[in-house]
Amino acid sequence: MSTTPALQLNNVHKSFGATPIIRGVSLDVHARERHAIIGPNGAGKSTLFNLISGRLAPTSGTVQLHGSRIEGMTPFEINRRGLARSFQVTNIFPRLTVFENIRCSLLWPLGYKYNFWRRTDALADAAERTEATLERIGMTARRNTLAGVLTYAEQRALEIGITIAGDADVILLDEPTAGMSRSEADHAVALIRSVSQDRTLLMVEHDMSVVFDLADRISVLVYGQVIASDTPERVRASEAVQAAYLGTPQHA
Amino acid sequence: MSDGDSIAASVAKPAAAGIGAMPGLRLWLAVIVALAVLPHVPGLNSDFGRSLLSQMGIAVVFALSYNVLFGQTGLLSFGHAVYFGLGGYAAIHVMRAINHGFPFPMPLVPLAGAAGGLLFGLLFGALTTRRAGTIFALISLGVGELVYAATFMMPGYFGGEEGITASRTKGLALFGLDLGPQLAVYYLIAIWALVAAALMQAFARTPVGRMCFAVRDNPERVEFVGYNTHGVRFFAFAVGALFAGLAGGLNAINYEIVAADAVSAQRSGTVLLMAYIGGAGHFAGPIIGAVTLTWLQTSLSGYTSAWLLYLGLFFVLTILYAPSGLVGLVLMHGPIVRTKSFRGVLRAYAIALVPVAVMTCGAALLIEMSYRLATQPELGTRMRLFGVAVDAGTVWPWLAALLMLVGGFLAFRGTWRLIGAAWERATEEARTLRAAAGMR
Repeated sequence: MSTTPALQLNNVHKSFGATPIIRGVSLDVHARERHAIIGPNGAGKSTLFNLISGRLAPTSGTVQLHGSRIEGMTPFEINRRGLARSFQVTNIFPRLTVFENIRCSLLWPLGYKYNFWRRTDALADAAERTEATLERIGMTARRNTLAGVLTYAEQRALEIGITIAGDADVILLDEPTAGMSRSEADHAVALIRSVSQDRTLLMVEHDMSVVFDLADRISVLVYGQVIASDTPERVRASEAVQAAYLGTPQHA
Repeated sequence: MSDGDSIAASVAKPAAAGIGAMPGLRLWLAVIVALAVLPHVPGLNSDFGRSLLSQMGIAVVFALSYNVLFGQTGLLSFGHAVYFGLGGYAAIHVMRAINHGFPFPMPLVPLAGAAGGLLFGLLFGALTTRRAGTIFALISLGVGELVYAATFMMPGYFGGEEGITASRTKGLALFGLDLGPQLAVYYLIAIWALVAAALMQAFARTPVGRMCFAVRDNPERVEFVGYNTHGVRFFAFAVGALFAGLAGGLNAINYEIVAADAVSAQRSGTVLLMAYIGGAGHFAGPIIGAVTLTWLQTSLSGYTSAWLLYLGLFFVLTILYAPSGLVGLVLMHGPIVRTKSFRGVLRAYAIALVPVAVMTCGAALLIEMSYRLATQPELGTRMRLFGVAVDAGTVWPWLAALLMLVGGFLAFRGTWRLIGAAWERATEEARTLRAAAGMR
């Protein structure tokens, strides 16, 4: 690869007190690929996401977004550079309507920032983009509902909507299909496939059928280290991965 | 969108739109007419009535400014009077300067208050809004105590215990306007209150105003959509301080004196209760809370020396049983107000009113008699309550009061079931109506 990776982690470490959770992760996520991180519970997948998105600062190592270092920055600084994320535990604005949830997430990217002299309802571009995002996540009919009273699957879809609305070019999805039924998960996969077109997607996912369905490349994280990072076919064939993770009978 | 959805949406709307809700032009016009007529309505057309209305106007601006922090941004402040008071001091000093020939129109003095509030809001807000939640609440309490102490340490500016006085009539006359009569002061306050309310509501609809609601709901997520929560909180804080200062300026004109009580913790507590009791989740809430509490404070104190106790009971009951405030109690009826069974609900309320009145009378008798014996024994045990002569030295009035309290309570519990059943019928009817509309 001659081009700069969209996201590049170099020997990232993170310890909580004396306990190392991430133990030297190096990872390249190419521009416009769909990249999945898999690994057993406690491998550090969510911690890795928090390190990339600025929720946590790494103990050592570097994180680069389009070639510039972002480790240790605040979440909003990283977001303004074009990285957006969703959360494993639904993280929405419960007392705002679905429409407002989406619109809030694109006011900054549209440049309205701390504007206090314009009426938000009169911002045509914000309304248009909000409607387009609602259409995309299939929630146009629910636009005036308070987010807090949506069903679980709807809240998960809204969570993705908030993440993609601002047009960030690197999207991190943390277990987007967690807790969904089969048909809901299929629906979510179609949604993720469509919203990640022309963008870079990094996702943590437990559901192997979702992972092998969506991902261009897969990285396997075990005990805070990446033991493989390759195409789905080669990851599936890798003996090291089978031994560490896939091959165990309870996952077969 | 199906009809079912649109009805569900319209039901959810009052709560969803909340503070940013758009009142029609007609509502604004009605408010303007009401404000113009009120000081001429019998009962309010005296100096006392007009003074009461003026106090209400000031309280409304102050409570709305508090709600920019509390209801809109989720910042619980225990020191909002700091900006009311410091705005008031700025205003009274400008008034003094006007008295000494400074060419500035008196009706614009509230702007000096707003500037003072904003200045100190920027100063203290930059530090205090770094944190939210409990830490913010505690810091606001600390700043409040600090400023209160400063009013005694710097008597040159704050005038110590006596405060600073000025005249609202001495100075440049604008269009021959004389601010002497209470009626003129009332109209000045009404105009400023209207402007302030309109501006604060407009602020709630701007991009940064909308983000305040997002910060209230989920500050963490706000950071992941590009906003610095500290920045949004700071902005809201400065706006709240500006309008608190404006209210303080109006207060300076109304009383022609500003003293340490303007920045006191008691005033900070009162404005919190106004917003909370009225309903912090809706724009009208703090307005209703401010009017209700101002009226209670003024009228109750005319009837009984135990008025603070009644106010306290009122607070506790509201906070326990109507957590979304008086406005919440009213809005709760939105979904059933158009059903036929709604009349049944009203009837149940009317029936319940009887035992509630008996219970309240019993409680009031007990409180008044205890208060007399405990704090004013020199006045003797004979007193008139509700037009009846009672002797608190005998056992009978106590027994009667107790009987009213307990009996009223037991009867109320019975009527509570009536209310519940009526509500059930009404919600059931509303549900079938909604389903029928959905099928069409």
